[in-house]
Amino acid sequence: MKMVTAIVKPFKLDEVREALSGIGVQGVTVTEVKGFGRQKGHTELYRGAEYVVDFLPKVKIEAAVDDAIVDSVIEAIENSARTGKIGDGKVFVSALEQVVRIRTGETGKDAL
Amino acid sequence: MKKLIAILALGLSALGFVGTALAQSDAASPPAAATATAAPAPAAATAPASAAAAAAPAAPAAPVPNKGDVAWMVVATMFVIMMSIPGLALFYGGLVRSKNMLSVLMQVFVTFSLIVVLWCLYGYSLAFTEGNAFIGGLDRVFMRGMFDPAKGEFAMAATFSKGVVIPELLFMAFQATFAAITCCLIVGAFAERMKFSAVLLFMVLWFTFSYAPIAHMVWFWMGPDAYTAKEVVDATNAKAGLIWQWGALDFAGGTVVHINAAVAGLVGAYMIGKRVGYGKEAFTPHSLTLTMVGAALLWVGWFGFNAGSALEAGNSAVLAFINTFSATAAAVLAWCIGESLVKGKASMLGAASGAVAGLVAITPACGNVGLIGAIVIGFVAGFACLWGVTGLKRILGADDSLDVFGVHGVGGIVGALLTGVFNAQSLGGPGLVTDWVTAAVGSNPDGIGAQVWIQLKAVVLTIVWSGVVAAVAYKIVDLVVGLRVTEEEEREGLDISAHGETAYHN
Repeated sequence: MKMVTAIVKPFKLDEVREALSGIGVQGVTVTEVKGFGRQKGHTELYRGAEYVVDFLPKVKIEAAVDDAIVDSVIEAIENSARTGKIGDGKVFVSALEQVVRIRTGETGKDAL
Repeated sequence: MKKLIAILALGLSALGFVGTALAQSDAASPPAAATATAAPAPAAATAPASAAAAAAPAAPAAPVPNKGDVAWMVVATMFVIMMSIPGLALFYGGLVRSKNMLSVLMQVFVTFSLIVVLWCLYGYSLAFTEGNAFIGGLDRVFMRGMFDPAKGEFAMAATFSKGVVIPELLFMAFQATFAAITCCLIVGAFAERMKFSAVLLFMVLWFTFSYAPIAHMVWFWMGPDAYTAKEVVDATNAKAGLIWQWGALDFAGGTVVHINAAVAGLVGAYMIGKRVGYGKEAFTPHSLTLTMVGAALLWVGWFGFNAGSALEAGNSAVLAFINTFSATAAAVLAWCIGESLVKGKASMLGAASGAVAGLVAITPACGNVGLIGAIVIGFVAGFACLWGVTGLKRILGADDSLDVFGVHGVGGIVGALLTGVFNAQSLGGPGLVTDWVTAAVGSNPDGIGAQVWIQLKAVVLTIVWSGVVAAVAYKIVDLVVGLRVTEEEEREGLDISAHGETAYHN
């Protein structure tokens, strides 16, 4: 099992969700986050005061998936979230040791 | 804080008691009251009441107020209340961080209320009754002599036209809103860090020793009906306020309201010190939407302020109305153009600030300049105040939180000086009354330069007077209750630390 964590542009969230549903991902967790990467922030000007906003709003999508579909999940996220411009985000994949479905007590793959 | 409130409450109740006593003694001795019919009443109040007295010899029947004038002035007075609360409060409130939103709303709301009460008790009398060239007398303390319940008679106040009067209580109410909003303007300069008790104590001191005298100096005169013949002109002039005697033009309060408040604010910003984190942390306005709503309410309310300053529903009010309209629009454009050229983008805050800058600058000018003159004043004010909140602000180096000096100070000075220019009939202005006996109108016979010089003297006197009074007042407040909240309270936000509540719950 793998945990796929994707940071994408907020307005791409719906497309990513549709793409993931399309390849059989059963559920994801979405969080509004802020951060910085190669895409620079912007400056805001209020009368004489100028403020540099370094942290830009992004959406973090977390999906726990079976090893068998992990490559297609990554591909789906890439294709749906890409605009080709700087700031499209990243996908992180990490190993996932255990999953438990709280309602039934199922564990491992069955709980995905 | 508790101590201060107790002192205030005690003081107010004591005043109230004396007031009641005085009112009763007045009622007991009917002739004393300066009702419209009482002949040469005790030298009378504002330009106003003297009108009734002075008119008496010429015409046996006292002038009766026109219902249209009364209706207009009631509406105008309410307009100024609306532009203060919620207008000014929201304009300021949107500009602070959300943790200080309620503190700004409270400081404006309570300052407004405090000054209205003080105005009724003694402020009006100090500003608008006969005294010396600097300050009025005590004839109208506790609103004495303006209403005689036994006879059902109301004293009358003069306007700018011979034989035209409005009830003096209405004039007092209209002027109360001016005194109150002027004090509220100062709040913007020390927002986000001053103790609530210190704000109120400062307002009492500054209102008494700066607002009332400056209003008296600029606006108090004996009224047009007092000028019955050439022989009395000099004596009648001598009873007016100092700046009025100089011949300064200030239709609705460029000096009295805006420069006065702006200087007090700037002095406060210096003496109270910068906000914690100023220059290091981002102090982003928490809601420019509310700031826009506030600015728009200010614009609408300002028609009561400026056109109402004509004191009657006539040509003068209409001139003030259209000038307030066009100058403000011009200033919005100017600020946006300036921002686009210098910073590359025109901002909502810029448009809102431009509107206020234009309104401030046209305030002394509105009934005193011509139609194109007003638009020029608006344009100049838009650019000048943009510099006021950027270049000038850096030079001054004070943390004037909401740019009270940059907008109201710079705009007020620009407006006051340009009033002297565009008043001239050669530049399309209405001119000024050169002889109150015949009510003859013309340009300043000594030329535009002479009028601008008079305007400049009025500006300088206001700056010095307000600056000195404010500095002393802040010092006294600092010694009595302390000016600032603690750093911890400031970081937590004044909403919680000073008022125990929060503006927004997510």
